[in-house]
Amino acid sequence: MVKDSSTQQLIKRISVNWSQLKMKYSSDQEYPDLSQHNNHMAKVLTPEIYESLRDKETPSGFTVDDVIQTGIDNPGHPFIMTVGCVAGDEETYEVFKELLDPVIEDRHGGYKPSDQHKTDLNPDNLQGGDDLDPDYVLSSRVRTGRSIRGFCLPPHCSRGERRAIENLSLESLDMLDGDLKGKYYALKNMSEEEQQQLIDDHFLFDKPVSPLLLASGMARDWPDGRGIWHNDNKTFLVWVNEEDHLRVISMQKGGNMKEVFNRFCTGLTKIEGLFKERSHEFMWNEHLGYVLTCPSNLGTGLRAGVHVKLPNVSKHDKFGDILKRLRLQKRGTGGVDTAAVGGVFDISNADRLGFSEVELVQMVVDGVNLLVDMEKKLEAGESIDDIIPEQK
Amino acid sequence: KRSSITRRVSLTERLHLLLQCEYHSGTAGDVGLEIILWSFLSVGPRSPQSADYPDLRKHNNCMASSLTPAIYAKLCDKATPNGYTLDLAIQTGVDNPGHPFIKTVGMVAGDEESYEVFSDLLDPIIKERHNGYDPSTMKHPTDLDASKIHSGNFDPRYVLSSRVRTGRSIRGLSLPPACTRAERREVERVVVDALAGLHGDLDGKYYSLTQMTDGEQQQLIDDHFLFDKPVSPLLTCAGMARDWPDARGIWHNNEKTFLVWVNEEDHTRVISMEKGGNMKRVFERFCKGLLEVERLIQERGWEFMWNERLGYVLTCPSNLGTGLRAGVHVKLPLLSKDPRLSKILDNLRLQKRGTGGVDTAAVGGVFDISNLDRLGLSEVQLVQTVVDGVNYLIECEKRLEKGQDIKVPPPPLKQFK
Repeated sequence: MVKDSSTQQLIKRISVNWSQLKMKYSSDQEYPDLSQHNNHMAKVLTPEIYESLRDKETPSGFTVDDVIQTGIDNPGHPFIMTVGCVAGDEETYEVFKELLDPVIEDRHGGYKPSDQHKTDLNPDNLQGGDDLDPDYVLSSRVRTGRSIRGFCLPPHCSRGERRAIENLSLESLDMLDGDLKGKYYALKNMSEEEQQQLIDDHFLFDKPVSPLLLASGMARDWPDGRGIWHNDNKTFLVWVNEEDHLRVISMQKGGNMKEVFNRFCTGLTKIEGLFKERSHEFMWNEHLGYVLTCPSNLGTGLRAGVHVKLPNVSKHDKFGDILKRLRLQKRGTGGVDTAAVGGVFDISNADRLGFSEVELVQMVVDGVNLLVDMEKKLEAGESIDDIIPEQK
Repeated sequence: KRSSITRRVSLTERLHLLLQCEYHSGTAGDVGLEIILWSFLSVGPRSPQSADYPDLRKHNNCMASSLTPAIYAKLCDKATPNGYTLDLAIQTGVDNPGHPFIKTVGMVAGDEESYEVFSDLLDPIIKERHNGYDPSTMKHPTDLDASKIHSGNFDPRYVLSSRVRTGRSIRGLSLPPACTRAERREVERVVVDALAGLHGDLDGKYYSLTQMTDGEQQQLIDDHFLFDKPVSPLLTCAGMARDWPDARGIWHNNEKTFLVWVNEEDHTRVISMEKGGNMKRVFERFCKGLLEVERLIQERGWEFMWNERLGYVLTCPSNLGTGLRAGVHVKLPLLSKDPRLSKILDNLRLQKRGTGGVDTAAVGGVFDISNLDRLGLSEVQLVQTVVDGVNYLIECEKRLEKGQDIKVPPPPLKQFK
């Protein structure tokens, strides 16, 4: 159809009618049943907010129903209070502010719509952190995510967009050198040997099985456009098109968190520079920091953590309280959906937004040092009451 | 009353009508016109069409066999009046390259109009899946007169149970992959309202999945009636499990021989069943129940999705036409070991499954035997095919028991050119 002005008018009339079709039923008739639900979305989404948002969409067509589908389909999680909503693009956080601002406030310790987030990726600002006791701290790791501005996020991107993200990423990553020089393994082209090696290195990510992710559409077209890049030293790893455009991970055995964080910052800054050379930037703004798919990962998107042996401390009745005061969280060594085994815990920062990267890693370093001290005291039969910290 | 989508209008007339008409989705007469008008509309892709073309090199399903880059380019920026797009329709086939036992379809319909707007892809898929049936030229016969069935009472020493199922969709409401919560609730309301009007041996009760008590749930499990949230990725990737268990439920008659599933894989799945081999009686109840439900919804101003070229319209293209699967659980221990069984079944136009359903294998020589075909043959024809075929299989088993040899029946005449 030739798009002259009368046709333009026609199309406008039809689009108007089309969204009226979507509004055929009343808000009450469409409002989801959240009576069995316990996630942040369910706590916040009143019928009034739903009504106010249901006729809106982002420029790429993402609607409030798309935002909340995962939260409707997954009433709750046994270990954590899930968010229950996702973003389909950068604009989601604007268009659906009425829902997402309270979710963010609830999830991120009272972070207000007017608050500003500080970004600090200067590893020199970290104090200490190079000597966490390796008898207790088995490994150290820092991860974050990055989204490429101008593309839709994993719940909503088309195959073409996802492939473009993959191409941009591997072009940029290919330019890394020195300690960061590495190679990309596309999921759909991997040889059997490559696959086995990546599994042995614990690098390979598989198609998501968590219904939290599946229900939001992030696994569509698997494994098209997905892959893993890592440096030759196997200490710096990038996941492409899994739960975010990019997940960047720096890791190594032992307790030298400072070195891990150094590499993390250096790598990220270099990658950002390489993308900019190709006229692309990361999604970032002053209020939300780095913009990612899940509202829980806004700000720094950073999870800095260790695998640490705490068999005695973990049995102390104040363990949960101590972690809370240190602004840390515990997970099993299999990740967010697992429980701890053999007294070995994954301990990481609980916060993402409202603190800078340096501040969060500092909390982990200081907190883990304290926990290891407590473990040693309990081993020696001493009390730890006098070193229980104040609330940070 | 039955809308046949054959009206053709000129381009000028179309544009003229676009400027004037009001959009009333779902009324039978306007559906055809809307479809033609909407199929000219461009939704607008976000990236070049070729960049979005799926990688189907490892795929083996009907969609992958038919979706050429040219067809993709032609259809990818079209949408039905409800906004359902090609990418949505094929997502399940992209996400599920193949199935160990069967060649899957790989595509679903989001609404009745999908079968028109995406006919360039769906027609060849329908042709492949339905034995050469060409929707652009052929007509599908509907026949729900159960009195025509003969010899439909099987030897109960062999046939443990008999069952007939189909699906029905409510015209004007989107199908499970695409429906909104309000539409799904409307389907539930319309169907449950109609079922409440059934009497006599069809008198029954509705159990909503969101409201059933633990006791009711256990009873439905014990009766093998309860359906659970789909786990098959074929279904979940198509979006059919959204908002579970909202507006889903099970209705059955007091005698537990007539059952309706609401909002599972289709708007309704209708099942008639009983222990033993009286397939004729099962089919009689099936037809009576279906026709009665149809009458009841029509009284309230609704109708089933049906047209002359595709018969009853359902979510999966494999279920078009009659949507009918008539089958038995039958003991054929000797025949099950005979290497000629597959050929015999093929020639009888029957398929075997395990007694757990489509994704299972047979156990202990007991098979689920049912018709292969759905479209291009009427309900009566298909049930008679099953009746004749099962009688033949039982004859074979009896002969093998006596040490006699069996014959592979001749292949049927090629049905559709």
